[in-house]
Amino acid sequence: MITFEHVTITYPDAPEPTLRDVDLVIPEGELCVVVGRTGAGKSTFLGAMNGLVPHFTGGHLAGRVVVAGRDTRTHPPRELADVVGMVGQDPLAGFVTDTVEEELAYAMEQLGLAPPVMRQRVEETLDLLGIADLRHRPLRTLSGGQQQRVAIGSVLTPHPRILVLDEPTSALDPTAAEEVLAAITRLVHDLGITVVIAEHRLERVVQHADQIVLLDGDGSATLAAPAAALRTSEVAPPLVRLGRLVGWDPLPLSVRDARRHVVALRADLVGLVPEHRPPLAGPPVLAARGVVVRYGDTVALRGVDLEVPAGQVVAVMGRNGAGKSSLLWALHPAGRRQGGTVVVDGDDPAARGGVVGLVPQTPSDLLYLASVAEECAQADREAVAEPGTTRRLLDRIVPRVVDSSHPRDLSEGQRLGLVLAVQLVRAPRVVLLDEPTRGLDTLAKARLTTVLLELAGEGCVVIVSTHDVEFVATTADRVVVLAEGEVVADGPTADVVVASPAFAPQIAKVLHPDAWLTVEQVERALASGASR
Amino acid sequence: MSASGRLPRALHPGAWWLWALGMATAASRTTNPVLLVLIGVVVAQVVVARRTDAPWAMGFKTYVYLGLVVIAIRVVFRMLLDGQYGAPILFTLPEVPLPAAAAGIRIGGPVSLEGLLAAFYDGLRLAILLLCVGAANVLANPKRLLKAMPAALHEIGVAITVALTVAPQLIESGQRVRRARRLRGEEARRFHVFREIAIPVMTDALDRSLLLAAAMDSRGYGRAASVPMRTRAMTGALLLAGLIGICIGTYGLLDSTAPRYLGLPLLVGGAAVGWVGVVLSGRRVPRTRYRPDPWAGPEWSVAGVGLFVAIVVVAVSSIDPTALVPSRQPLQWPAVPPVPLVAILVGVLPAWLAPPVEHGSARQREIEPRARALAEVPG
Repeated sequence: MITFEHVTITYPDAPEPTLRDVDLVIPEGELCVVVGRTGAGKSTFLGAMNGLVPHFTGGHLAGRVVVAGRDTRTHPPRELADVVGMVGQDPLAGFVTDTVEEELAYAMEQLGLAPPVMRQRVEETLDLLGIADLRHRPLRTLSGGQQQRVAIGSVLTPHPRILVLDEPTSALDPTAAEEVLAAITRLVHDLGITVVIAEHRLERVVQHADQIVLLDGDGSATLAAPAAALRTSEVAPPLVRLGRLVGWDPLPLSVRDARRHVVALRADLVGLVPEHRPPLAGPPVLAARGVVVRYGDTVALRGVDLEVPAGQVVAVMGRNGAGKSSLLWALHPAGRRQGGTVVVDGDDPAARGGVVGLVPQTPSDLLYLASVAEECAQADREAVAEPGTTRRLLDRIVPRVVDSSHPRDLSEGQRLGLVLAVQLVRAPRVVLLDEPTRGLDTLAKARLTTVLLELAGEGCVVIVSTHDVEFVATTADRVVVLAEGEVVADGPTADVVVASPAFAPQIAKVLHPDAWLTVEQVERALASGASR
Repeated sequence: MSASGRLPRALHPGAWWLWALGMATAASRTTNPVLLVLIGVVVAQVVVARRTDAPWAMGFKTYVYLGLVVIAIRVVFRMLLDGQYGAPILFTLPEVPLPAAAAGIRIGGPVSLEGLLAAFYDGLRLAILLLCVGAANVLANPKRLLKAMPAALHEIGVAITVALTVAPQLIESGQRVRRARRLRGEEARRFHVFREIAIPVMTDALDRSLLLAAAMDSRGYGRAASVPMRTRAMTGALLLAGLIGICIGTYGLLDSTAPRYLGLPLLVGGAAVGWVGVVLSGRRVPRTRYRPDPWAGPEWSVAGVGLFVAIVVVAVSSIDPTALVPSRQPLQWPAVPPVPLVAILVGVLPAWLAPPVEHGSARQREIEPRARALAEVPG
């Protein structure tokens, strides 16, 4: 269905080709997941499938990409619109019209389909994706999961044979992600559409995959069956790493697969307890009482209390719109709060500038200078710190960021690191991060975990809002779950997530009801058990 | 009228605009306060009967207030600047002495009833014109009007639609960036406000526009752009000539002192030339329209009513120019000419001719989710 024949793609001014001699065939009707680190060329690989690369992005393509019999060299994206449906990372940015129904019809209007056909296909697509009740809604008022499904629907109406999705679930909470993935698998099973997905959250998609394209980072790409590809890949979901650790064959891709193997592992783990960071006590560094945030008639937080002792990492979870961001901003003196008090080290944080640091959801909002060096120097000046302090912090967080590079050209992880450094230079006691894992690959996430645990070790309070259950399992001491602006659960990570259907990490699901959260815990326990 | 004509549905926005422009043309030809107020009442009656629950349909009150402000400004300025012409003098304002260089200009001084009335009539006419345009805005979904544009003008329609969606996004990202700025402390805020806010917002907007362009390209936008150069040039010339004709024609029609041949003939001629251009270029575009608003019986009748009102009032004013201008010398209660009166009353018919609107659910659909979306935006 999609054929890459010795494809090499080089962008102008790039020293190395982004893809080098890629030669593979993605078969018809398969769900294919593209796996690779940030910067390994995932977006380039996807863009090459409908001609956006190189027609739209520029760059040089050697070799041939043939999609449903059409060569992308001679067919620009608009000539492929009836065979390839392409959904970008941010569905809202790709919407042309303003209501659901019109958005679904847009591509068909461009192709000049007859009005009765359009009408029928819009109705069918509304039902296929379960969005019929949203048909008249303005697109901006939809939730993230709904927007993603509308975006998929809007490229499905011309009846393409191929659907290409760039990180369809990265911004979604676990439940919304399930909805979107269910819709996608239905397309594969019922309609026989070939689906290509790039995704960092492998734990979410890999169980649905028929094929995996592994981008190695040196420009090469290989196609393989999931179990074979993941045996050696650099990035792998926790289940696969558990399977590798205890030598399961074939490697489990879903929790059900893993449960079939689990009896022997349970026997090995009898008498062992998961190692957790010791619970922290002591006077709270951060004490918030009765925090109320409202936007007009909408109440985002109804009297939230939160006390955090020094050195604790707290994860704030909950569905989109539950008030996570509102809580983080309410804890910062620059944020909005209609009621309640926030005290840091017994003082009003507004009186001591910089005692609370916040990394917002879009870190790039904080950056406006032309190079990393300028940003660092400016941050030093603002914090009245010794010149070079921010740069040293940045090197500690993400090494090897080039001084002269433009902040916009950095990878997501590097940009997050830069903004975190800019906030840390003011030596805050409380560090807040709003959805920091969005767009990070596994390795960048692991790096972030290390940095946050180091900060906590130095006595900072770290509060992270996130949807990423695996990140929470490895990073947080304590989980606070919000729903409709109220705290519905608050306790040590293991207690809160193990029994939760939405927030349990994969390992906890496999070894339920025991409180194992991460592969590392199992690994350490097995090692200590063996040495006993 | 057929049975389906009475089913609730939205009237074609073009029909509302034609009707409203007809009423506006009538209003522009008279200063008779009775006729003007009558036009206002007629327009308001139609709006009340046939507006929807959509957000844009809630703005009619704003136009009424705007009209009142226009009248007030007009009267106050007349009082201050040259209230002394005419008789009888009602009262005298304190006069501001001006240097000799400003001879001919007076501020303050005596104020005459005649001057005030003239200002009031003029202001009233402007206010009613505003009300007519406001009515069209309230009754017709502006976005649907863009969609109803001929295929040749599709690109312009798309550009406007995109601009309309980008504006709120820009405001949103401006607010976001401003909030983020505060995270870098007070000192940073005082300097370079432009650079610190504008640069992130602009880069954000550019990123978005690139994403949007890529999405549109991937979805087939611009598939049939291969129109030969010559056809394109000819279409452009025709459209331009048509537009100029329509502009001059409208001016000629509205300004009763302009020569007769500048009015209707040029307007009709311009419209015809423009139409040929539109059809010529539209024929090349293999694009279709999803659920277009139909142009059927109700549309013809509503647009026809507007046209009828305009034609009668314009005809009366060209046969007897004084009939529609109330006498201020001697001052008397304005006489009401019967023919324009009846014509304007006919203008209220769309309140029944247009199909009824669907009430109820639309509003909930719009407002309830908006509140929820707001909750997701911390601010």
